[in-house]
Formats: sequence, structure tokens, C-alpha cells
Amino acid sequence: MESCNCIEPQWPAEELLMKYQYISDFFIALAYFSIPLELIYFVKKSAVFPYRWVLVQFGAFIVLCGATHLINLWTFNMHSRTVAVVMTTAKVLTAAVSCATALMLVHIIPDLLSVKTRELFLKNKAAELDREMGLIRTQEETGRHVRMLTHEIRSTLDRHTILKTTLVELGRTLALEECALWMPTRTGLELQLSYTLRQQNPVGYTVPIQLPVINQVFSSNRAMKISPNSPVARLRPLSGKYMPGEVVAVRVPLLHLSNFQINDWPELSTRRYALMVLMLPSDSARQWHVHELELVEVVADQVAVALSHAAILEESMRARDLLMEQNVALDHARREAETAIRARNDFLAVMNHEMRTPMHAVIALSSLLQETELTPEQRLMIETILRSSNLLATLINDVLDLSRLEDGSLQLDLGSFNLHAVFREVLNLIKPIASVKKLPVTLNVAPDLPEYAIGDEKRLMQTILNVVGNAVKFSKEGSISITAFVAKSESLRDSRAPDFFPVPSDNHFYLRVQVKDAGQGINPPDIPKLFTKFAHAQTLATKNSSGSGLGLAICKRFVNLMEGHIWIESEGLGKGCMAIFIVKLGIPENTSESKNPFLPKANHGQTTFPGLKVLVLDDNGVSRMVTKELLVHLGCDVTTASSRDECLLVVSQDHKVVCMDAGMPDSFEAAVRLHEKFTKRHERPLIVALTGNTDKVTKENCMRVGMDGVILKPVSVDKMRSVLSELLEHRVLFEAM
Amino acid sequence: MDSVVQLQRQLVDYSAQLFNEGFLDDQFNQLQQLQDESNPDFVVEVVTLFFEDSERLLDELAKALEQQSVDYRKIDAHVHQLKGSSSSIGAQRVQKVCIGFRNFCEERNIEGCQKCLQQVKHEYSLVKTKLETLFKLEQKILAAGGTIHWPM
Repeated sequence: MESCNCIEPQWPAEELLMKYQYISDFFIALAYFSIPLELIYFVKKSAVFPYRWVLVQFGAFIVLCGATHLINLWTFNMHSRTVAVVMTTAKVLTAAVSCATALMLVHIIPDLLSVKTRELFLKNKAAELDREMGLIRTQEETGRHVRMLTHEIRSTLDRHTILKTTLVELGRTLALEECALWMPTRTGLELQLSYTLRQQNPVGYTVPIQLPVINQVFSSNRAMKISPNSPVARLRPLSGKYMPGEVVAVRVPLLHLSNFQINDWPELSTRRYALMVLMLPSDSARQWHVHELELVEVVADQVAVALSHAAILEESMRARDLLMEQNVALDHARREAETAIRARNDFLAVMNHEMRTPMHAVIALSSLLQETELTPEQRLMIETILRSSNLLATLINDVLDLSRLEDGSLQLDLGSFNLHAVFREVLNLIKPIASVKKLPVTLNVAPDLPEYAIGDEKRLMQTILNVVGNAVKFSKEGSISITAFVAKSESLRDSRAPDFFPVPSDNHFYLRVQVKDAGQGINPPDIPKLFTKFAHAQTLATKNSSGSGLGLAICKRFVNLMEGHIWIESEGLGKGCMAIFIVKLGIPENTSESKNPFLPKANHGQTTFPGLKVLVLDDNGVSRMVTKELLVHLGCDVTTASSRDECLLVVSQDHKVVCMDAGMPDSFEAAVRLHEKFTKRHERPLIVALTGNTDKVTKENCMRVGMDGVILKPVSVDKMRSVLSELLEHRVLFEAM
Repeated sequence: MDSVVQLQRQLVDYSAQLFNEGFLDDQFNQLQQLQDESNPDFVVEVVTLFFEDSERLLDELAKALEQQSVDYRKIDAHVHQLKGSSSSIGAQRVQKVCIGFRNFCEERNIEGCQKCLQQVKHEYSLVKTKLETLFKLEQKILAAGGTIHWPM
């Protein structure tokens, strides 16, 4: 053998040992080669691993180690220099890489360790969040329960339902064994067990309200744990075995309606509380949790609110019921009043008629009797009878008038009349009585007072007469003066009549009448009573006076109807008084109404129409003559015409009336021509047709051609008289056929 | 004086008879009321006028009905006039016949008309006689110094 530089083994290489080393080296190399492969494989799989290049280094180190071991396989036997060189290179490289790796690891391992700590930290955090999540969920549950409870409680306005529902829902939500409500009694000194969950009928335990535990609970608005042994919690007889569950009590404010002060809610002035006691199931080792306590507090508040709403509702229902009752009662009273009024009116109407009939008989017969031959004695008696019956008749009229006035069914009879004449008439009527009492009466009518006025003559006269009559009646001495004038705007507004707003206008004027007397006067405080029905100013002097006391009341109503005002001024007893009234009267137009002296007045009754120019149109000589004579008999100035043409020739503005026979063939045409001739209404004579036809057609035809009236033949003197007067007053007359 | 009272009673009875038999109606009383001092002969005048008018009308009616072609319109107009006059003085029976006469005119019933004409003539002559008797009685009373008051 040549000597080589290789180291020769000391002993001869044993074949077995060599074999084992050979195999081990092979497997080591295999392992060394496969480990990096595995590493690469798994690193490729995971995306997270941050130290790739460390791995590469490591891989390289392992590969080289493996390579070294692999090359070792060739060094067991004789090997060439190349192998040695390769071996050396491999070893050198391996050394370098492994050193580098070792150095690198020094950096890396602390990092890796810190990763571990972070991981632990995160795990803790996660656990904590889990816990918190659990808590939140619990709270949310609680909230849901509260909402549900509130909804249940507030869905009804009935007190009992509210309380019962509260207990039931609370029991369900919190899985309570027992839940009870203690309400304060009326006296406020005790708490009475009013509602329980499990027991159907609470037996009415009471506990005094001043117990320390109760005070403690009432003093705070929080739910408090109390001992299960306290009297409020001992609802069932304890059987010694089981451990009673924990008990919580909370106060429930009872709000009374009168406690509502909007500004200091929820500070309540008088505090009444009820006590709600909740018991957990015994032997359950359950504890009251904070969120459960909060739930209980919230529920207690809600119950308080719901109860207050229920109370308000009760109040309002009661008030409404009361109102309804009152309404019914009022309605009933009104209907009764109406019935009474109707009964009174019927009575009055009937009585009035019943009373008037005999009155009429008495008056009529007495006046007839007066006309016959009587001895002076008898005459005196008859006159007394007449006077008394007239007085009675006036009284009846007064009473009826007043009742009609009150109903508002009285209407003024408006008509044109002579105002001055009214005053003269009053004077004439009152003078005899006044002269008997030796009271001079003076009448002062202002010169600018219109002579004619439009109004209700009869009632105006009644009013003036009543006022003047009162003046005379209540005066023993002194004079009575009546003044009448047109009220100007300054004197219209009187401070004593603040409600009176007279509005002067063109076709109306206000008549002011003042009646002054120096009689016994009236106490100023009594003045308002004067105008009330049946009230008398009772003084000694008037005790004997007659009169029902209706006069002034009626006058006041008449004056009001005439849109006026009446009042009395007096300085006191013994100082006389002045009665003043203002009424609204119409001014007649300047047509035939005022200047027409033919106006028939109910009092006088027009019997003749002196100078009234009438044209008679009739083609029948006999009828013409008869009609003419009729009119002449009534005092008219009659012209006749026998044909339409003659009529149109003769007629003039002076003719006030044209009487034509409707049976004439041209009568209708004559009417038409008359209308054409006199276009203005007040120039045209009134056209009246005399007809023997009773049918409607004739009447309609007459109306169509513009006739002012139709009269049925035969016409008597009286009929002609009344027809003429009505025609002239109303300018139209259509006799009913 | 007895004769006056007797005459008056006679007048009363006679006028009552006339009213009862329907020769006169209330219109006649109305006419009497129109008579007064200013017009003392009013009733006689009116009645005389009525007689003249009626005779004329009756002649016209007779003539018209004799015509070949009867003019009913004219006849109706005449009858209407007669009716008016008679009603104005209160000759009730004449008036009633006139109403019937007019109906026949409308129906253009020549026989009816002729019959009515005869009736009217008859009634007219009756009432004329009666009224003349009445007026004679009145004159006798007035001549004897009595007074007459209508209505009786």
C-alpha cells in the first residue's frame, strides 16, 4: 500500500460497525434532507410565519449537515482527494451557516417568546369581553322585561288590573315565589295586604305603618333587601324546613289628583306609599342581582304613573257623569218650564176669551142702557158700572198684552197717524181727573215735531197715558208738565242708559217725551223695581192705590219694541219725579200717505170720502147710474164714462179711483191703457173692477192687466165704503172670492 | 092719518110680497138707501131708465133671433147687458132668466134662446107692473103726508 495522507484507522475497520455507521449516516442524511422539505412545505402552507429567511437559513444549515453526513458515507472507505475536498467544502459551509444561524437565533427567540405573551393577553381580553357581553345581554333582557311589564301595566286604565298585572308579570319575569302589595288604609296608619300573586284572596293582614323596616323602605326610592322575617314578608306560615328566599321591598308612590303640582314633580306634598314585597323562591340559593333590583324600581315607578292615570280617568269619568246628570236635569227643568209656559199661555188665551165675552156683553149692554131714558140715580149707577167694566176690560187686556209681550209674540201695528193728535187726546183724557185733584196739566209740543209719524198709535198712546196717569196718580199737589220733542243726538245718548245706542237715520226720528210731576217721588234705589211686573214701591200713600203694577212693565216692553228706552228720575221721596222715554218713529213719505186726509183711522171710521174724485166706467146705463149714486152717497166727486175711449179722454191725474165694470168687453184694455197713460205709480188712479163673476180666471185676468182691486157685485153702500177706505190705505184690495 | 097708516101697511105688505116671490132682492133695498134729500127721486129715475133700456134690448133680441143666420155673439152681448141692468136694480127673476139665456147662447141652441126670450119678456112685464104699482102706492103715501122708510 502506498502511504497516503489520510488517516488510517487504528484498528481494522470492523465490517459490522462500518455497516451500522453507514446506515445511520444514510438515515441522518435522509432526515436532514427531509426536515427542510417539511419545513418548506408547512411554511408555504401557513401564511403568517414572519421569519422566512430564518427558515431558509435553518434549511440551509440542515441541508449542509445532511450533505456532510452523506458525503461521510464515502469516507469510510478509501476515497479520492475530490471527495475529501467536497467533504471539506461541505463542512466549512455547514460551519458557517450554523454559526450564522446560532447568532440569528439569539435575536429571534425573545421575539417568539413575546408573541406568546401577547397571545395570552389576547385570550384574557377575549374572556373579559365575553363576560361583559353576558352582562349586556342580561341588561337588555331586563330592559325588555321592563318594557313588556310597562306595556302590560299601562295598557289598562283600571286600577285593579294594573296592580294585578304588575304582580303577575313581575312574578313571571323574575321567577318569584311570592309577590305582594300592601296598600295604606284610609286612616293612613296601617298597611293592608291588598294583592298577592299566589294567594287568591288576601286575608286582610294589616301591619302598622310605623314599623322601622317600612320606614326604611319608604325613605328611599330604591328597592331594598329586607329580612324574610319581617312582618311584611311573612305571608305564609313558615314550615321550619326550608330556607326562605331573599326578599326585596320597594315603595310605590300613590299619586292623588290633588298632589299634582307641575312644577315640583316628583316632589309630592302629601306622600302616600304602597309597599311592594318580592320574594325569591326558597331553597333556590338565588340572589337578588343588581339588574333585577333596578327592574323592580323601574316597575314601581311605572305602576305609580299608571295608577295616577287611572285616578285621573276615574275623576274625569265621574265629572262627565255628573255633567250628564246635570244636563238631563236641566233639560227636564227646561221642558217643564216650557210646558208651564204653554199651559199658562193656553190658560190665558182661554181665560182671556172667556173673560172678554161676558165683559163685552156687560159693556155693550151698559152703554146701550146709557142711551135710554134713565132717572139720574140710574144714570149714575150705569156710569159707575161702565167705568168699572172698562177698567176691568183694560186690566184683562193688560194681562194678555204682557203675556204676549213676554212671549215675543206681540207685534206693533205700524201705521201712519197724527202725532200731535195723540198728545191732544191724552190731554183730553187726563184733564178731567187732573182737574178733580186740582193738578194743572200743561202740554208742550215742540214746533219741529212732525205732525204725522209712522208707528203703533194705540200703544204709543197707551204708554203716554200710563206715564201721565202715574204722574197724576202719585201727585197730591203741584203741576204736571208733558214735553214732547225730537231727540237730537246729544240728548239721545244718556249716561243712565248705557245699552241704548240710537242710530238716527233718514226716515226715522226719535221722539222724546218727558213727564214731570211734583208728587211724592220715588226712592232712587227703588227705581229699577218700578219696571218689574207686579212690584209696587210700597209706601204708605200707595197702599190704597189701585192698579196691578203692570203698567210700567208693559210700557217698558212697548218702548223696547219701538226700539227705545224708558226711565225715571227722582231725587227722593217727596221731591217729585220725571219719567222720560224715547221711542223710534218713522217719518212718512211725502206722498198721498201724509197729505191724504182720507186716511180712515180705526178710532174714527171713515164714513165719507169728501171730494174724492172717482171715474166710473160702465157701458150699462143702469149699472152706471147705480154705481155713480153709490159713490155720490159716500161723498165722492163722480165722473162717468160709457166707453173705453171716453174714459181715457176724461181721466186725469186728479182722479184717485177708477171703477170699471169688468163685464165690459174693453175693460181690460182700458186698464192697460190707463197704465200706459200714467207711468208713475203715484199719478195713476187706483183701478177697481166690479164683476159679477166669482171665478178665479176673472180675478187672475184682472190682476194680469194691472188692476188694483176686484170687487164682487152686488156692491152695497157699506161694502163700497169699506172698499174705498181699504183701497186708499193700502193701495190694493183683492176681495176673496 | 088712518089712511096713511093703512097705506103704509099696504106698502109694507106689498113690498114684502114682492121680495118673497123673488121679484126683487136686496139690491133694491140698497138703491133705496142711496135715495136721500139730495136725490129724492133716485129710485124712480133708475127704474125708469131700466125700463127704457130693457125694452130696447128686448126689441133688439127679437130682431136678432129672427135673422136667418143668428149672430149669437150679438145676442149674448144684449143678454149680458140686460142681466147687468136687472141685477143693478135688483130684478132677481129677470136676472135669473138672463143667466139661462146666456147658457143657451153658448150652446147655440136657437130654440132654447127663443124660449128664454119669451120667458124674459114675461118676467120683465111682470116686474114692470109690480114696480109701477109700488111707485103709485109710494106716491099716494107721500101725497097723504106720510113718510117711507126702506128697508121694510
